[in-house]
Amino acid sequence: MVDIPVATKENRDPGPLARKGMQAAWPICLGYFPIGLAFGVLAQKAGLHPVEIGLMSLLVFAGSSQFIAVSMLGGGATALSIVITTFVVNLRHVLMSSSLAVYLRSVSRGWVALFAYGVTDESFALNLTRFRNGNWDWRQAMVLNHTANAAWIGSSILGGYSGQFIPAGAFGIDYALIAMFLCLLVFQLRGKLYTVTAIIAGVLAVILALLVPGNVYIVLASILAATFGVFFRRLARKNGLLL
Amino acid sequence: MIHSEYLILVVGMGLVTYIPRWFPIFFLSRRQLPQWFSEWLDLIPVAILSALVFPELVTGGNPRHLDFSQPQLWVALPTFLFALKTKSLGGTVVVGMLLFWIVGKLL
Repeated sequence: MVDIPVATKENRDPGPLARKGMQAAWPICLGYFPIGLAFGVLAQKAGLHPVEIGLMSLLVFAGSSQFIAVSMLGGGATALSIVITTFVVNLRHVLMSSSLAVYLRSVSRGWVALFAYGVTDESFALNLTRFRNGNWDWRQAMVLNHTANAAWIGSSILGGYSGQFIPAGAFGIDYALIAMFLCLLVFQLRGKLYTVTAIIAGVLAVILALLVPGNVYIVLASILAATFGVFFRRLARKNGLLL
Repeated sequence: MIHSEYLILVVGMGLVTYIPRWFPIFFLSRRQLPQWFSEWLDLIPVAILSALVFPELVTGGNPRHLDFSQPQLWVALPTFLFALKTKSLGGTVVVGMLLFWIVGKLL
């Protein structure tokens, strides 16, 4: 990536740190905005007040599970079944937090607790890419998480108040997150082994998505593909090949 | 104005979402990991990104089925090439949105 400044003394003071984190969050905010609005609209139709909508976005901060919760609420599901479903849908974050842990060794327990709250598919992908580039600070990552969080909460409340502001599909905004994931995927293709792992994960995810309802396919495909990847790497090393 | 039932629901949802986010960082960040596990974790991001994006492109509907005619897929090809060529996150997001918007207008 070209636009990431190297960490120097001067950008360690809080002002620029905060700005870098916020700037880096823009693709996520752009992507969250229409989804948050849509969530707010749906939640309002399911009978929730904007304050209740904002509270859910604040406490849960996980898009797909919130959509599911609202549709379950509309269908009269019990709180327990909604909570269990939420748990299953959001279990994938275990993998993301595990990958991020390596980069948070110097961080105190308290800050870790606050950081963890902001781990989403999107913030994980962006932060991990930047951590890997070596010039990303956990404080910047934290600002990024909370900027995205603010965009999510704000847009969902806005949706709850007044429905859709922007017509669906305007400016291709619905594609922001897919485009971001595609580019972050490109950044991760750092060698043959990574490309092979990506292909295995993609194919497995599609097959599993067709066979199993819900989003377990993300976790299953990722675990299987990474396991295959480690296996390939070891096999190659044994045979004197570099992957 | 917030019913206590609703409060219990969202607090419950919040807890079961938070714990999987927090526990691995809490548990792993202070530990020396075995090498196979570090290697495994090293491959997790690429696997997750791929697992997130591919089904999005080639499946649709409810129940899900294969669908290769979605604009998401056809816009993804030039967007992917653009990302490969430029390595620019911002540029890729803008190009992807623009292409998706144009395709939406044409269809």
